[in-house]
Amino acid sequence: MNLALHYPVLQVIIPMLMAPLALLVQHRKLAWLLASVTSLCAFALAIAIAQLVLQGSSYAYPLGGWQAPFGIELRVDSFSAIVLIIVSGASTAALLAGYQSLAQDIEEDRASLFYAAWLLALAGLLGIVVAADAFNIFVFMEIASLASYILVAGSSDRRALPAVFKYLIMGTIGATFYLIGIGLLYIMTGTLNLSDLEVRILAVEDQTPILMAAGFISVGLALKAAIFPLHAWLPNTYSFAPHAVTAFLAACSTKVALYVFLRIDFFVFQRTLSDHAAQFSIYLLPLAVAGILYGSAMAIREPLAKRLFAWSSVAQIGYIVLGVSLVSQAGLSAGILHMFNHALAKGAIFIGIIVLASQCQQLTPTALNGLGRKHPLIGIAFVVAGLSLVGIPGTAGFVSKWLLIDAILEHHRWSIALLMVVLASSLMAVVYLAKVCETLFFKTPETTVVQPLPKLAIALLLLVSFANLIFGVAPGLPLELANNAASLLLEHTL
Amino acid sequence: MSLLHPLILMLLIPCIGAIAIMLAGRVHHNFREACTFATAILLALTAWPMAIDVAQGARDSITFARLSGSLNIMLHTEPLGALFATLASSLWIVNSLYSVGYMRGNKETHQTRFYVFFAISIAAAMGVALAGNLFTLFLFYELLTLSTYPLVTHKGDEATIKSARVYLAILMGTSISLFLPAVIWVTSLTGGEFSLGGVLQDKVDAPTAGLLLALFVFGIGKAAVMPIHRWLPAAMVAPTPVSALLHAVAVVKAGVFSITKIIIYIFGVEWLFSLSTTQWLVWITSFTIIVASLIALRQTNLKRLLAYSTIGQLSYVVMASAILKPMAEIGAALHMVAHAFGKITLFFAAGAIYVASKKIDITQLAGIGHRMPVTMTAFTIGALSMIGVPPTGGFVSKWYILGGAFEADNFLAIFTIIASTALNAAYFLPIIYAAWFLPENQAPKNPHGEAPWPMVAALALTAIFTLGFFFFNGPVIELERQLVGGLK
Repeated sequence: MNLALHYPVLQVIIPMLMAPLALLVQHRKLAWLLASVTSLCAFALAIAIAQLVLQGSSYAYPLGGWQAPFGIELRVDSFSAIVLIIVSGASTAALLAGYQSLAQDIEEDRASLFYAAWLLALAGLLGIVVAADAFNIFVFMEIASLASYILVAGSSDRRALPAVFKYLIMGTIGATFYLIGIGLLYIMTGTLNLSDLEVRILAVEDQTPILMAAGFISVGLALKAAIFPLHAWLPNTYSFAPHAVTAFLAACSTKVALYVFLRIDFFVFQRTLSDHAAQFSIYLLPLAVAGILYGSAMAIREPLAKRLFAWSSVAQIGYIVLGVSLVSQAGLSAGILHMFNHALAKGAIFIGIIVLASQCQQLTPTALNGLGRKHPLIGIAFVVAGLSLVGIPGTAGFVSKWLLIDAILEHHRWSIALLMVVLASSLMAVVYLAKVCETLFFKTPETTVVQPLPKLAIALLLLVSFANLIFGVAPGLPLELANNAASLLLEHTL
Repeated sequence: MSLLHPLILMLLIPCIGAIAIMLAGRVHHNFREACTFATAILLALTAWPMAIDVAQGARDSITFARLSGSLNIMLHTEPLGALFATLASSLWIVNSLYSVGYMRGNKETHQTRFYVFFAISIAAAMGVALAGNLFTLFLFYELLTLSTYPLVTHKGDEATIKSARVYLAILMGTSISLFLPAVIWVTSLTGGEFSLGGVLQDKVDAPTAGLLLALFVFGIGKAAVMPIHRWLPAAMVAPTPVSALLHAVAVVKAGVFSITKIIIYIFGVEWLFSLSTTQWLVWITSFTIIVASLIALRQTNLKRLLAYSTIGQLSYVVMASAILKPMAEIGAALHMVAHAFGKITLFFAAGAIYVASKKIDITQLAGIGHRMPVTMTAFTIGALSMIGVPPTGGFVSKWYILGGAFEADNFLAIFTIIASTALNAAYFLPIIYAAWFLPENQAPKNPHGEAPWPMVAALALTAIFTLGFFFFNGPVIELERQLVGGLK
């Protein structure tokens, strides 16, 4: 038996089976350990899959030996590999870093429930990425969403509850829209398998239900991906969730939705809809630009550290969308690479928040005052992650921004204007980062809580910050995956 | 790629030094200072052979990392960069000597942090000096801004933070909004690699070249060409050793060095001279020189006066390279060296006066020459070099720049040099006169002598360099002649 062939299913099945097991372990530390080890396994599998898809282009896995379209099919390629790495990496880092922080939020008797939910969320997110038919994507999306509502609600901050309610309503609307869309597709084509859909849809192209389906699916997924102006749920959800959950979700959840968005849009609709590329960019490009500017502006106004970075996520999602809305090889690969790099930067930022939050009672606007001065190493690692977010050369964020600008300049009517937008928002990012730095380094500390520093969280913060620098000078693997993914998406044209 | 390659070493040595300083700081401060000296001396010992090789015509380059197809981090050696690297690394030794005296004499806090970031700033300056393409230059340019920020904010009080905000906002703002687009533009057209004679001919038309030049000149805010000059006086809140090495030598020179390098290696001197859309640069730099000197006339704070004098002198270098004649290009390089020696001496003297007497205003300096004769002698030599009086280094570079201006029949440049010489004399001579010949206004509460000996030794050394450069400038001229060798 060749184990490598089973990687795609193992990727989902391991966390899914471990979730009930975590529930049975009625012990906080053991449940955490189980979740971390499982997540680490998933990460190792994701890396292994990435190595495999770099050799071949993509491969399918028929579940239980039932061939598609009758059985359930899983499929991995370069695009899924990079997202798998993001999801499993984010989960691993957040879990490892978050033990102490979560211990403050979650009571002892609910801890195993919480970690079970975490594993379900992980399984769901990974499942979305490997599933090859539209309906299973929906199923996994529901698993992931329901589990992540639980995760967000786990916060001891009561403001998390209205936030999670909003998140739930918005998420459900998004999922429902998506379901309506694939329902319409099923009516018209009689299949849900993506590669099947891609062929059969040609027989019914440009009919009203297909257009409706495209509309529903796009809006539904845009809501899940928090593409401006459907981002309203994001800032509060991120800022009131437990810190470790924020680190996990901020790094990967919107990216998975974007992944599905791109996959379905490019695989299924690209050949069907006339003028697909033009329409795609006409609708998305202005939204991306608005998101970039609005998100950055709101981040500047925001005093609270976590919300500030949540707003910056809105802007960063805008970058990714801007890249893909150029519908060119360079643009897509820049956007996809930015998914990875942003996950790296934002992950490090929120792990930094975990560490810093351990040194204060509550994350009030003044709580972080002077903490960087007290703990210079933490402060500097945090700033490095911030620089990557801004896109200072030498950090990962710069590479994808450079590629994005390159793609913009390549061929576009408004290239100069778009360039201005990217540069302006980089400047705005400098402003909000400078604000955070001044808080960290120059304000006098408040009455401080002397608590032991979470060692593991600090180690991870340093590791992920360092990764931001490493991928800034040697973007090797993610860049290769992003390039392959971009050509894969564009291959599905006529 | 080997880590022991001299080009890589020149980046690595200060970085490793920074770590060593950080660790040594936990043991003992003397040990920490020893680390600083060891690092500085090692760096200079790496830089000098490299410069000598370059003088003999050798060229070296190494690709450090490849980011994507067109984008890689690349280092190379060439005469201008070799000069800058050697200058900055050698003066770092002297400056370290001075820092020890200043930081201890002034009982500054967080000294370890200070030396660590100083070493990192030097690493960034080395990167700027050795950058082999525009992207690498930009990378280290930004790193230099970021690594000097903690030095500028060293004091950490309200006023300092405000000034540091100006510093960061202007330098980052201009570099991201102007320099970066220019870098991207040129890189997408040509790959952005530096090559003697320029790479832009036939790629862009004259108006575009003018626009690109503007993006570079104003984007490289470190050159402090007006109106992008406000950060330099703001940066004077930093401790004096920072002002001395970074804001008279490394950082500001990184700015004018970048502009000169871009003019020579990206645009190409001859091509640029043939364009009519680039003549404005001489005008704007002349304006900067005159106006900065006029503002300096009105300053009473000694460090601010020196800052405005620096702004004027920096524009000398930019103007010299904008004259676009071989002699002027050599003059630009010479002036980088001459001004470095002179201005570091002046800052050293200002810091020594502050440490010994806590005086910061030029009105308080009457009669101070008798209490601090060595310091004020050095100050006098530095000031004479700024004015351009023989036998100081400043005379040599002015001579070459004037020569270039006559070659190009550029009467605006000639006029500017003459006028600014008069203005420089007008703001420096009264200070010198008061220090030596006027009686003290009132006796100081605690009669002081010279500053601590390391500071005096350092400023005496740089004063000797200033004088020495008048007599022994041959090697530098030979080195820089290679820049324009093909032009004659």
